[in-house]
Amino acid sequence: MDLLVGQLFTGLSTGSILLLAALGLSLTFGQMGVINMAHGEFIMAGCYTAYVTQQVVGDAGVSLLIALPVGFLVGGAMGLVLEWLLVRHLYQRPLDTLLVTFGVGLVLQQVARDVFGAPAVNVTVPEFLRGGVDLLGTAVPKTRLFILALAVVAVTVVALVLRFTAAGRRIRAVVGNRDLAETAGISSRAVDAGTFFIGSGLAGVAGVALTLIGSTSPTTGQSYLVDAFLVVVAGGMGRIKGAVVAAVALGTFQAVFETYSTASLAKVGVFVVIVVFLQLRPQGLFTLRTRSLA
Amino acid sequence: MSRFFATRAGVWSGFGAAALVLFGAAPLLLSGFRLGLLAQFLCYAIVAVGIGLAWGRGGMLTLGQGVFFGMGAYLMAMHMKMADAEFRNGHGAVPDFMELAGIRELPAYWVPFASPVFTIAMILVLPTGFAVLLGFAVFKRRVKGAYFAILSQALAGAFAILLIGQQSMGGFNGLSRFRYFFGYNLDDAVNQQMLYFIAAGVLLVVVAVALQLRRSRYGELLVAVRDAEERVRFLGYDAANIKVVAYAAAALFAAVAGAIFVPVVGIISPASIGIVPSIMFILGVAIGGRASLVGPVVGALAVAWAQTALSEQFPSAWTYAQGLLFIVVIALLPGGIASVAALTKRFQAKSATVEAAA
Repeated sequence: MDLLVGQLFTGLSTGSILLLAALGLSLTFGQMGVINMAHGEFIMAGCYTAYVTQQVVGDAGVSLLIALPVGFLVGGAMGLVLEWLLVRHLYQRPLDTLLVTFGVGLVLQQVARDVFGAPAVNVTVPEFLRGGVDLLGTAVPKTRLFILALAVVAVTVVALVLRFTAAGRRIRAVVGNRDLAETAGISSRAVDAGTFFIGSGLAGVAGVALTLIGSTSPTTGQSYLVDAFLVVVAGGMGRIKGAVVAAVALGTFQAVFETYSTASLAKVGVFVVIVVFLQLRPQGLFTLRTRSLA
Repeated sequence: MSRFFATRAGVWSGFGAAALVLFGAAPLLLSGFRLGLLAQFLCYAIVAVGIGLAWGRGGMLTLGQGVFFGMGAYLMAMHMKMADAEFRNGHGAVPDFMELAGIRELPAYWVPFASPVFTIAMILVLPTGFAVLLGFAVFKRRVKGAYFAILSQALAGAFAILLIGQQSMGGFNGLSRFRYFFGYNLDDAVNQQMLYFIAAGVLLVVVAVALQLRRSRYGELLVAVRDAEERVRFLGYDAANIKVVAYAAAALFAAVAGAIFVPVVGIISPASIGIVPSIMFILGVAIGGRASLVGPVVGALAVAWAQTALSEQFPSAWTYAQGLLFIVVIALLPGGIASVAALTKRFQAKSATVEAAA
């Protein structure tokens, strides 16, 4: 029983970390079809935002609360600049976008290395998040619970925004049918920029949260990126629901696999599972039904 | 100029000139150390030819060539480690790095790699077979474009992590310190030169194979699949089969390159085959011109040379340069250097018509 609860929680926790990293991607990649390899570096920027905020503010608790919205703005602003400078010229060439944004990621990593140095830095965890909580006989770290809660909040907010606000309606309209949305008077340019802002901002938030469970180095973001992409691929393009299910499923699978084998084999296991899964559902878990050939 | 190289005489003279440079000029002009570096660069160029075929002609952006490169490299390294151990301690001995890691018993899958024939067969068959299997699994289900790129990248990541976890494959440090290459002492300068000649010869063969594939009916189909996969399918072809061939050829080229890389450089570790090195293979191809035959070779050689020349002196500046090259070349010059001539011609033609109109 203890083991089961422990594994379930580890799975949920790994899944929530994956989800935080992947949520922004499922907007930019899933909704817009843009493969932003610099997304990992936006996460990294969020991490350093938390670090700098703590250096300035001092108090760990207050700085965390400040860093979360600031991280969103930092990530979002970087995304906006990237979209405006490069991505919008490449919407017709998705594979080239991947390579261009990889180049952007390289540059951003080196900027971080030159500004903050190559060694990893650490952010102090606030007092109220230290230690653990007893959950059905298993000690659960509070930081992991916080990230789980943050992931739930982030997903809920994104889902509500997409569902009920005018901006969300416009985003869904452009995803559904770009030309028809344009004829209805929606500026797809503005919607693209806005979607990219939100997606990149979520990367910044993820970065701030990730400082609670690990140290920050210029390559921090990269390590989360591939897994996050796999979540979006498995979940299906354009579906937040898919990203949630896929993140939790992959997280749980990885956690369970790791206990019976090694972490390195678990990575391989995840890859095999996804390839096999794509045999059954090549379009991912949930799909938007369209009549297009692609 | 370009029309000349499309003729039979042009192709032969092109290969002749390349052979003259690689086998005549380079060994005469370069010192042993620089010749070794060039041999290493030639290995990257061999990988690049495969990427040019799969990505430039077939539209499959494979971000995981490090996997096949690594397979070839590790298979060769296993044989060389076995040969070293046998030379020192007799038949069935444990390689030195395993002794250090406390592994007393030779793992069963190492045993057959004592045989050179088995090793070479495996280098040719194993990566290619894996590529065929994976290719069928992915392409038959019409997973393509970005999905394929991300899967291939995840594969590279998983492969590197898998190797790091395997103490009996050298773990994080990889395999290094080889003494003999099929019985030839690697400390001998003459044998180093032989390795260079092997790399140069393989490169010429690989380019010839790629040229033949491009000029055949198959090459036409491959480009058709890249540009309009649905239309090819409606004509009655199975697009997946066409793609698998190019993907497998690229994998084979990368594996052979990896196998030559190991004796030339003397080390193979997970750090040189993971996600980032796999994408770096792409950079040279993009700069040289992904769809051209010689472009990827030239681009790969140029990038490797620049990396060696700059990265140690100016590590920070070199990383910026790499990033900016990715951005500038792919966003502004997707055809690479190979397309510059055509672009200038079109530009001149356009300005000529403007002048004529005025």
